[in-house]
Amino acid sequence: MPHLNAAHNLAYWLARDQRNAEDIVQEAYLRAFKFMESFDGDNGRAWLLAIVRNTFYTWLEKTRADKSNIEFDEEVLASHGYDMQALERDENYSIDQALQQEESRRWLNRALALLPAEFREVIVLRELEELSYKEISTVAGIPVGTVMSRLSRARNLLLQHLKATQES
Amino acid sequence: MDCRRIEKLLDSYLDRELDRDSAITVKRHLQVCGECSRTLDARSSMSSSIKRRATYYPAPAELANRIRTQVPHAAAYRADKTRQPRFRLPAWSRWFQLGGAVAAAVVVTTIATMQLTSMPEDQRIAEQVLSGHSRSLLTSHQIDVASSDQHTVKPWLSSKLDFSPTVTDLTTSGFPLRGGRLDYVDNRPVAVLVYGHRQHVIDLFIWPDEAVSDASRTRVFSKRGLNLRHWAVAGMTYWAVSDINTADLEAFAEHYASAR
Repeated sequence: MPHLNAAHNLAYWLARDQRNAEDIVQEAYLRAFKFMESFDGDNGRAWLLAIVRNTFYTWLEKTRADKSNIEFDEEVLASHGYDMQALERDENYSIDQALQQEESRRWLNRALALLPAEFREVIVLRELEELSYKEISTVAGIPVGTVMSRLSRARNLLLQHLKATQES
Repeated sequence: MDCRRIEKLLDSYLDRELDRDSAITVKRHLQVCGECSRTLDARSSMSSSIKRRATYYPAPAELANRIRTQVPHAAAYRADKTRQPRFRLPAWSRWFQLGGAVAAAVVVTTIATMQLTSMPEDQRIAEQVLSGHSRSLLTSHQIDVASSDQHTVKPWLSSKLDFSPTVTDLTTSGFPLRGGRLDYVDNRPVAVLVYGHRQHVIDLFIWPDEAVSDASRTRVFSKRGLNLRHWAVAGMTYWAVSDINTADLEAFAEHYASAR
Protein backbone atom coordinates (compact mmCIF):
# COMPACT_ATOMS: atom_id res chain seq x y z
CA MET A 1 0.00 0.00 0.00
CA PRO A 2 1.81 3.14 -1.14
CA HIS A 3 2.73 5.77 1.44
CA LEU A 4 0.72 3.97 4.12
CA ASN A 5 3.21 4.64 6.90
CA ALA A 6 3.43 8.31 6.03
CA ALA A 7 -0.37 8.51 5.89
CA HIS A 8 -0.73 6.78 9.23
CA ASN A 9 1.97 8.84 10.91
CA LEU A 10 0.32 12.08 9.81
CA ALA A 11 -3.17 10.89 10.80
CA TYR A 12 -1.90 9.75 14.18
CA TRP A 13 -0.20 13.05 14.93
CA LEU A 14 -3.29 14.97 13.86
CA ALA A 15 -5.88 12.85 15.65
CA ARG A 16 -3.55 11.91 18.53
CA ASP A 17 -5.37 8.63 18.85
CA GLN A 18 -4.75 5.20 17.34
CA ARG A 19 -8.29 4.19 16.45
CA ASN A 20 -9.27 7.48 14.92
CA ALA A 21 -5.99 7.60 13.00
CA GLU A 22 -6.77 4.24 11.41
CA ASP A 23 -10.31 5.26 10.51
CA ILE A 24 -9.03 8.46 8.94
CA VAL A 25 -6.38 6.64 6.90
CA GLN A 26 -8.89 4.08 5.69
CA GLU A 27 -11.35 6.77 4.66
CA ALA A 28 -8.55 8.74 2.99
CA TYR A 29 -7.45 5.81 0.82
CA LEU A 30 -11.00 5.28 -0.37
CA ARG A 31 -11.28 8.96 -1.19
CA ALA A 32 -7.93 8.81 -2.94
CA PHE A 33 -9.27 6.08 -5.13
CA LYS A 34 -12.49 7.90 -5.92
CA PHE A 35 -10.77 11.14 -6.78
CA MET A 36 -7.98 9.59 -8.74
CA GLU A 37 -8.73 11.88 -11.70
CA SER A 38 -7.70 14.90 -9.68
CA PHE A 39 -4.20 13.53 -9.37
CA ASP A 40 -1.89 15.23 -11.82
CA GLY A 41 0.77 12.54 -11.59
CA ASP A 42 3.31 14.83 -10.04
CA ASN A 43 3.89 13.92 -6.41
CA GLY A 44 1.91 10.94 -5.14
CA ARG A 45 2.95 11.26 -1.54
CA ALA A 46 2.06 14.94 -1.20
CA TRP A 47 -1.24 14.35 -3.00
CA LEU A 48 -2.16 11.46 -0.72
CA LEU A 49 -1.10 13.28 2.45
CA ALA A 50 -3.26 16.22 1.40
CA ILE A 51 -6.23 13.84 1.27
CA VAL A 52 -5.35 12.41 4.68
CA ARG A 53 -5.21 15.93 6.06
CA ASN A 54 -8.56 16.94 4.52
CA THR A 55 -10.13 13.74 5.80
CA PHE A 56 -8.88 14.57 9.27
CA TYR A 57 -10.39 18.07 9.23
CA THR A 58 -13.71 16.76 7.93
CA TRP A 59 -13.68 14.18 10.71
CA LEU A 60 -12.78 16.84 13.26
CA GLU A 61 -15.66 19.09 12.24
CA LYS A 62 -18.06 16.21 12.42
CA THR A 63 -16.74 15.23 15.86
CA ARG A 64 -17.07 18.79 17.05
CA ALA A 65 -20.57 19.07 15.70
CA ASP A 66 -21.38 15.87 17.58
CA LYS A 67 -20.09 17.71 20.70
CA SER A 68 -17.06 16.82 22.90
CA ASN A 69 -13.40 17.78 22.82
CA ILE A 70 -13.61 21.28 21.40
CA GLU A 71 -11.20 23.13 23.57
CA PHE A 72 -8.52 20.55 24.08
CA ASP A 73 -5.75 22.62 22.53
CA GLU A 74 -6.43 25.94 24.14
CA GLU A 75 -7.08 24.60 27.63
CA VAL A 76 -4.18 22.22 27.82
CA LEU A 77 -1.83 24.67 26.20
CA ALA A 78 -2.76 27.43 28.59
CA SER A 79 -1.90 25.20 31.51
CA HIS A 80 1.45 24.36 29.97
CA GLY A 81 2.79 27.79 29.35
CA TYR A 82 1.98 28.43 25.71
CA ASP A 83 0.77 31.99 25.65
CA MET A 84 1.17 32.29 21.89
CA GLN A 85 3.38 35.35 22.24
CA ALA A 86 6.63 35.41 20.39
CA LEU A 87 9.50 33.97 22.36
CA GLU A 88 12.00 36.50 23.57
CA ARG A 89 15.59 35.78 22.83
CA ASP A 90 16.98 34.08 25.86
CA GLU A 91 17.44 30.75 24.18
CA ASN A 92 21.13 30.42 24.88
CA TYR A 93 21.10 27.02 26.51
CA SER A 94 21.76 23.75 24.79
CA ILE A 95 18.60 21.86 23.98
CA ASP A 96 20.55 18.64 23.83
CA GLN A 97 21.67 19.09 27.40
CA ALA A 98 18.14 19.84 28.44
CA LEU A 99 16.65 16.95 26.56
CA GLN A 100 18.15 13.65 27.54
CA GLN A 101 17.21 10.46 25.74
CA GLU A 102 14.01 8.89 27.01
CA GLU A 103 12.93 11.89 28.95
CA SER A 104 13.39 14.01 25.90
CA ARG A 105 11.45 11.60 23.73
CA ARG A 106 8.53 11.71 26.10
CA TRP A 107 8.76 15.44 26.46
CA LEU A 108 8.95 16.02 22.71
CA ASN A 109 6.03 13.73 21.95
CA ARG A 110 3.94 15.52 24.51
CA ALA A 111 4.98 19.01 23.50
CA LEU A 112 4.27 18.20 19.87
CA ALA A 113 0.89 16.69 20.70
CA LEU A 114 -0.02 19.88 22.56
CA LEU A 115 0.82 22.21 19.69
CA PRO A 116 -2.19 23.63 17.86
CA ALA A 117 -2.95 21.51 14.79
CA GLU A 118 -1.82 24.04 12.18
CA PHE A 119 1.64 24.12 13.75
CA ARG A 120 1.74 20.43 14.59
CA GLU A 121 1.11 19.40 11.01
CA VAL A 122 3.92 21.48 9.53
CA ILE A 123 6.38 20.11 12.08
CA VAL A 124 5.34 16.50 11.42
CA LEU A 125 5.54 17.01 7.66
CA ARG A 126 8.90 18.74 7.84
CA GLU A 127 10.78 16.86 10.57
CA LEU A 128 9.25 13.39 10.42
CA GLU A 129 8.35 13.13 6.73
CA GLU A 130 11.15 15.42 5.56
CA LEU A 131 8.96 17.12 2.97
CA SER A 132 10.15 20.27 1.20
CA TYR A 133 8.35 23.58 1.84
CA LYS A 134 6.74 23.25 -1.57
CA GLU A 135 5.39 19.77 -0.75
CA ILE A 136 4.13 20.97 2.63
CA SER A 137 2.38 23.82 0.85
CA THR A 138 0.63 21.25 -1.38
CA VAL A 139 -0.39 19.06 1.54
CA ALA A 140 -1.65 21.84 3.80
CA GLY A 141 -3.08 23.98 0.99
CA ILE A 142 -1.21 27.11 2.08
CA PRO A 143 1.36 29.32 0.28
CA VAL A 144 5.06 28.55 0.73
CA GLY A 145 5.48 31.82 2.62
CA THR A 146 2.92 30.63 5.17
CA VAL A 147 4.72 27.30 5.49
CA MET A 148 7.84 29.30 6.30
CA SER A 149 6.24 31.43 8.99
CA ARG A 150 4.29 28.55 10.53
CA LEU A 151 7.37 26.37 10.85
CA SER A 152 9.26 29.23 12.41
CA ARG A 153 6.41 29.89 14.80
CA ALA A 154 6.02 26.21 15.62
CA ARG A 155 9.68 25.73 16.55
CA ASN A 156 9.49 28.91 18.54
CA LEU A 157 6.48 27.64 20.49
CA LEU A 158 8.22 24.37 21.25
CA LEU A 159 11.26 26.26 22.55
CA GLN A 160 9.03 28.46 24.63
CA HIS A 161 7.33 25.40 26.03
CA LEU A 162 10.71 23.87 26.84
CA LYS A 163 11.73 26.96 28.69
CA ALA A 164 8.51 26.97 30.69
CA THR A 165 9.02 23.29 31.54
CA GLN A 166 12.53 23.92 32.78
CA GLU A 167 11.46 26.82 34.94
CA SER A 168 8.66 24.98 36.64
CA MET B 1 19.34 44.20 7.86
CA ASP B 2 17.79 44.23 11.31
CA CYS B 3 17.40 41.20 13.58
CA ARG B 4 13.63 41.13 13.32
CA ARG B 5 13.75 40.54 9.58
CA ILE B 6 16.59 38.03 9.88
CA GLU B 7 14.76 36.13 12.60
CA LYS B 8 11.89 35.44 10.20
CA LEU B 9 14.33 33.88 7.73
CA LEU B 10 16.28 31.71 10.16
CA ASP B 11 14.15 28.59 9.87
CA SER B 12 14.13 28.66 6.07
CA TYR B 13 17.88 29.20 6.24
CA LEU B 14 18.19 26.20 8.54
CA ASP B 15 16.01 24.09 6.23
CA ARG B 16 17.97 25.22 3.15
CA GLU B 17 14.84 26.64 1.62
CA LEU B 18 16.05 30.22 1.17
CA ASP B 19 17.01 31.63 -2.20
CA ARG B 20 20.71 32.22 -2.66
CA ASP B 21 20.74 35.98 -2.12
CA SER B 22 18.74 35.83 1.11
CA ALA B 23 20.88 32.95 2.35
CA ILE B 24 24.02 35.06 1.84
CA THR B 25 22.40 37.99 3.64
CA VAL B 26 21.50 35.77 6.60
CA LYS B 27 24.95 34.20 6.66
CA ARG B 28 26.66 37.60 6.76
CA HIS B 29 24.37 38.78 9.53
CA LEU B 30 25.06 35.64 11.60
CA GLN B 31 28.78 36.30 11.44
CA VAL B 32 28.33 39.55 13.31
CA CYS B 33 25.24 38.91 15.45
CA GLY B 34 25.58 36.61 18.45
CA GLU B 35 21.95 36.86 19.34
CA CYS B 36 20.66 35.64 15.99
CA SER B 37 23.32 32.90 16.00
CA ARG B 38 22.00 31.67 19.33
CA THR B 39 18.45 31.77 18.06
CA LEU B 40 19.51 29.71 15.05
CA ASP B 41 21.28 27.19 17.29
CA ALA B 42 18.20 26.81 19.47
CA ARG B 43 15.91 26.30 16.47
CA SER B 44 18.38 23.88 14.96
CA SER B 45 18.60 21.80 18.16
CA MET B 46 14.83 21.71 18.39
CA SER B 47 14.54 20.62 14.78
CA SER B 48 17.08 17.82 15.11
CA SER B 49 15.70 16.68 18.47
CA ILE B 50 12.29 16.16 16.89
CA LYS B 51 13.81 14.40 13.89
CA ARG B 52 15.77 12.06 16.12
CA ARG B 53 13.46 11.50 19.02
CA ALA B 54 9.82 12.23 18.30
CA THR B 55 7.87 9.03 17.66
CA TYR B 56 7.12 7.97 14.10
CA TYR B 57 3.88 5.99 13.96
CA PRO B 58 4.01 3.48 11.10
CA ALA B 59 0.75 1.85 10.03
CA PRO B 60 -0.16 -1.37 11.85
CA ALA B 61 0.11 -4.41 9.59
CA GLU B 62 -3.62 -5.14 9.56
CA LEU B 63 -4.54 -1.67 8.32
CA ALA B 64 -3.33 -2.44 4.79
CA ASN B 65 -5.56 -5.53 4.79
CA ARG B 66 -8.54 -3.61 5.99
CA ILE B 67 -8.13 -1.01 3.25
CA ARG B 68 -7.66 -3.74 0.67
CA THR B 69 -10.99 -5.34 1.58
CA GLN B 70 -12.67 -1.95 1.07
CA VAL B 71 -11.22 -1.50 -2.39
CA PRO B 72 -13.76 -3.66 -4.27
CA HIS B 73 -16.49 -1.22 -3.16
CA ALA B 74 -14.48 1.66 -4.42
CA ALA B 75 -13.83 -0.27 -7.62
CA ALA B 76 -17.59 -0.71 -8.07
CA TYR B 77 -18.00 3.02 -7.60
CA ARG B 78 -15.43 3.60 -10.31
CA ALA B 79 -17.12 1.22 -12.72
CA ASP B 80 -20.40 3.12 -12.28
CA LYS B 81 -18.83 6.26 -13.55
CA THR B 82 -19.41 6.67 -17.22
CA ARG B 83 -16.98 9.41 -18.03
CA GLN B 84 -13.43 8.56 -18.84
CA PRO B 85 -10.60 9.74 -16.63
CA ARG B 86 -9.08 12.89 -18.00
CA PHE B 87 -5.62 11.76 -17.11
CA ARG B 88 -3.79 8.55 -17.56
CA LEU B 89 -3.98 6.77 -14.22
CA PRO B 90 -0.82 7.04 -12.19
CA ALA B 91 1.17 3.85 -11.73
CA TRP B 92 0.25 3.39 -8.11
CA SER B 93 -3.45 3.52 -8.77
CA ARG B 94 -3.40 0.48 -10.99
CA TRP B 95 -3.03 -2.03 -8.20
CA PHE B 96 -6.45 -0.96 -7.00
CA GLN B 97 -7.82 -2.56 -10.10
CA LEU B 98 -5.95 -5.84 -9.84
CA GLY B 99 -7.58 -9.00 -8.55
CA GLY B 100 -6.81 -10.53 -5.16
CA ALA B 101 -3.75 -12.73 -5.51
CA VAL B 102 -2.03 -10.59 -8.10
CA ALA B 103 -2.75 -7.51 -6.03
CA ALA B 104 -1.31 -9.15 -2.94
CA ALA B 105 1.92 -9.99 -4.75
CA VAL B 106 2.19 -6.50 -6.19
CA VAL B 107 1.40 -4.93 -2.85
CA VAL B 108 4.18 -6.84 -1.12
CA THR B 109 6.71 -5.56 -3.63
CA THR B 110 5.22 -2.10 -3.53
CA ILE B 111 5.39 -1.96 0.24
CA ALA B 112 9.05 -2.98 0.14
CA THR B 113 9.78 -0.16 -2.30
CA MET B 114 7.50 2.48 -0.86
CA GLN B 115 8.65 2.05 2.69
CA LEU B 116 12.16 2.86 1.59
CA THR B 117 10.93 6.22 0.40
CA SER B 118 8.46 6.92 3.17
CA MET B 119 10.69 6.02 6.10
CA PRO B 120 13.68 8.34 6.10
CA GLU B 121 14.32 7.41 9.72
CA ASP B 122 14.86 3.73 8.90
CA GLN B 123 16.97 4.69 5.94
CA ARG B 124 19.20 6.80 8.07
CA ILE B 125 19.68 4.06 10.65
CA ALA B 126 20.19 1.42 7.95
CA GLU B 127 23.04 3.55 6.62
CA GLN B 128 24.61 3.81 10.05
CA VAL B 129 24.31 0.07 10.66
CA LEU B 130 25.87 -0.62 7.26
CA SER B 131 28.70 1.78 7.99
CA GLY B 132 29.32 0.17 11.38
CA HIS B 133 29.43 -3.26 9.78
CA SER B 134 31.71 -2.20 6.92
CA ARG B 135 33.99 -0.24 9.23
CA SER B 136 34.48 -3.25 11.51
CA LEU B 137 35.41 -5.45 8.56
CA LEU B 138 37.79 -2.85 7.11
CA THR B 139 39.59 -2.15 10.35
CA SER B 140 39.51 -5.81 11.44
CA HIS B 141 37.98 -4.53 14.66
CA GLN B 142 35.16 -7.01 14.60
CA ILE B 143 35.15 -8.22 18.13
CA ASP B 144 35.76 -6.60 21.51
CA VAL B 145 35.02 -9.73 23.49
CA ALA B 146 35.75 -12.98 21.61
CA SER B 147 33.83 -15.88 22.99
CA SER B 148 31.34 -18.46 21.87
CA ASP B 149 30.05 -18.49 25.43
CA GLN B 150 26.92 -16.40 25.85
CA HIS B 151 27.62 -16.21 29.59
CA THR B 152 30.85 -14.35 28.84
CA VAL B 153 29.55 -12.05 26.13
CA LYS B 154 26.35 -10.94 27.84
CA PRO B 155 27.88 -9.71 31.12
CA TRP B 156 30.65 -7.97 29.22
CA LEU B 157 28.15 -6.06 27.07
CA SER B 158 25.86 -5.33 30.01
CA SER B 159 28.76 -3.83 31.95
CA LYS B 160 29.46 -1.37 29.14
CA LEU B 161 25.88 -0.46 28.28
CA ASP B 162 22.75 0.77 30.01
CA PHE B 163 20.78 -2.26 28.87
CA SER B 164 21.25 -6.00 28.66
CA PRO B 165 20.86 -7.64 25.25
CA THR B 166 19.73 -11.22 24.74
CA VAL B 167 22.82 -13.25 23.83
CA THR B 168 22.34 -16.77 22.50
CA ASP B 169 24.79 -19.12 20.87
CA LEU B 170 23.21 -20.56 17.72
CA THR B 171 25.92 -23.10 16.80
CA THR B 172 23.39 -25.93 16.59
CA SER B 173 21.42 -23.93 14.02
CA GLY B 174 24.51 -23.18 11.95
CA PHE B 175 25.19 -19.68 13.31
CA PRO B 176 27.95 -19.96 15.92
CA LEU B 177 28.42 -16.99 18.24
CA ARG B 178 31.88 -15.51 17.81
CA GLY B 179 31.69 -12.60 20.23
CA GLY B 180 30.44 -9.08 20.67
CA ARG B 181 31.51 -5.48 20.36
CA LEU B 182 30.24 -1.98 20.96
CA ASP B 183 29.26 0.42 18.23
CA TYR B 184 27.55 3.81 18.04
CA VAL B 185 24.27 4.14 16.14
CA ASP B 186 21.38 6.60 16.29
CA ASN B 187 23.32 8.76 18.74
CA ARG B 188 23.79 6.07 21.34
CA PRO B 189 26.12 3.18 22.18
CA VAL B 190 24.70 -0.12 20.98
CA ALA B 191 25.52 -3.82 21.37
CA VAL B 192 26.71 -5.81 18.36
CA LEU B 193 26.64 -9.60 18.48
CA VAL B 194 28.92 -11.22 15.93
CA TYR B 195 27.83 -14.54 14.47
CA GLY B 196 29.42 -16.74 11.83
CA HIS B 197 27.74 -18.64 9.03
CA ARG B 198 30.17 -20.76 7.00
CA GLN B 199 32.73 -18.18 5.79
CA HIS B 200 30.40 -15.24 6.40
CA VAL B 201 29.94 -12.78 9.23
CA ILE B 202 26.61 -11.61 10.57
CA ASP B 203 26.47 -8.54 12.78
CA LEU B 204 23.40 -8.18 14.96
CA PHE B 205 22.98 -4.61 16.26
CA ILE B 206 20.77 -4.25 19.33
CA TRP B 207 19.56 -1.30 21.35
CA PRO B 208 16.45 -0.28 23.27
CA ASP B 209 13.99 1.90 21.38
CA GLU B 210 10.51 2.02 22.77
CA ALA B 211 9.29 4.15 19.92
CA VAL B 212 9.55 1.17 17.57
CA SER B 213 6.47 -0.99 17.87
CA ASP B 214 6.70 -4.77 17.62
CA ALA B 215 5.74 -6.85 14.60
CA SER B 216 4.62 -4.00 12.38
CA ARG B 217 8.17 -3.13 11.62
CA THR B 218 9.98 -6.12 10.18
CA ARG B 219 11.89 -4.69 7.25
CA VAL B 220 14.29 -6.00 4.70
CA PHE B 221 16.78 -3.81 2.89
CA SER B 222 19.50 -4.50 0.36
CA LYS B 223 22.27 -2.01 -0.07
CA ARG B 224 25.67 -2.15 -1.67
CA GLY B 225 25.56 -5.94 -1.92
CA LEU B 226 24.72 -6.37 1.76
CA ASN B 227 21.42 -7.48 3.22
CA LEU B 228 19.79 -5.94 6.25
CA ARG B 229 16.90 -7.18 8.32
CA HIS B 230 15.24 -5.05 10.94
CA TRP B 231 12.70 -6.03 13.58
CA ALA B 232 11.64 -5.05 17.07
CA VAL B 233 10.58 -7.04 20.12
CA ALA B 234 9.59 -5.82 23.56
CA GLY B 235 11.11 -2.37 23.31
CA MET B 236 14.37 -3.58 21.76
CA THR B 237 15.27 -2.84 18.18
CA TYR B 238 17.32 -5.28 16.09
CA TRP B 239 19.29 -4.82 12.89
CA ALA B 240 21.01 -7.83 11.32
CA VAL B 241 23.47 -7.14 8.53
CA SER B 242 25.53 -9.55 6.45
CA ASP B 243 26.58 -10.52 2.96
CA ILE B 244 24.64 -13.79 3.22
CA ASN B 245 21.45 -14.02 1.15
CA THR B 246 18.09 -12.77 2.44
CA ALA B 247 16.70 -16.28 3.03
CA ASP B 248 19.66 -17.23 5.25
CA LEU B 249 19.40 -13.91 7.06
CA GLU B 250 15.72 -14.56 7.68
CA ALA B 251 16.56 -18.05 9.00
CA PHE B 252 19.13 -16.47 11.30
CA ALA B 253 16.59 -13.96 12.61
CA GLU B 254 14.07 -16.74 13.26
CA HIS B 255 16.61 -18.89 15.12
CA TYR B 256 17.66 -15.91 17.20
CA ALA B 257 14.06 -14.98 18.02
CA SER B 258 12.99 -18.52 18.91
CA ALA B 259 16.07 -19.20 21.05
CA ARG B 260 15.27 -16.39 23.42
